[in-house]
Amino acid sequence: MNVPGIAPIETERPTTDVRPDVPWLTIVWNDPVNLMSYVTYVFQKVFGYPKEKAERLMLDVHQKGKAVVSSGAREEMERDAQILHSYGLWATVQQDS
Amino acid sequence: MSTGFSPGAEGGVVVEFDPAEVSILRSLVGMILGMVEPGETGSDPLERALGIGAAKVPDDPVLARLFPSAYADEEQAAEFRRYTEAALRDGKRADARAVLDSVASGRAELSADQAQAWLRALNDVRLALGTRLEITEEVHEELADMAEDDPRYPAYMMYDWLTYLQDSLVRALW
Repeated sequence: MNVPGIAPIETERPTTDVRPDVPWLTIVWNDPVNLMSYVTYVFQKVFGYPKEKAERLMLDVHQKGKAVVSSGAREEMERDAQILHSYGLWATVQQDS
Repeated sequence: MSTGFSPGAEGGVVVEFDPAEVSILRSLVGMILGMVEPGETGSDPLERALGIGAAKVPDDPVLARLFPSAYADEEQAAEFRRYTEAALRDGKRADARAVLDSVASGRAELSADQAQAWLRALNDVRLALGTRLEITEEVHEELADMAEDDPRYPAYMMYDWLTYLQDSLVRALW
């Protein structure tokens, strides 16, 4: 029930371009500060990825400028991005195209 | 000079600092606490209670880097920021406080939780310094070629030392 005069907490999402079957992506971008060792460690810690996978993603970030680090529902990707921001990584969310 | 972090008991780490290093760390981490204001910035008490904060990208490039936009689209970025930045600010402040509470001269043992707070806080300090100094990935090589009377030298040295410390902390936690 909405209380008059108080905006609903739930965010209104634009629905026109959202297809539920297309997953959302969390992307990490390269930056000159975050260390290769640190980025690898954060991927292991945050996603539970094995070291090899975490290193491969880190190298993609470093060499190609970005990497898709997780995919799924939009809310989960936003949570991932927020955790990555808490570790100082530059993460964005977008729908898979 | 500190030899960096080494593995400790139960997922923690061990480190040793001299008084000058403690003073540098206190001042740098204190700077983060000074820059990152508490998350509850809104004037609406309900929004404050719900952790809803500012929607605008911070003007200061350091704060913009510490709280990056999560969407290319401005509206979506603003919405994400409204619901996340307050909690992120509080987290970064808590990490900084955890460092200030545990940094001391001599040998110190940090718990696993403290080590995670140190890891994030050291990175925040490096992000802040790196943004201010506009450093590139070649910072280490630049420093090696830099004259000691270069005005940038002390700040680059400090940044390089923090890089060394953070890398040693990652390796101690692996």
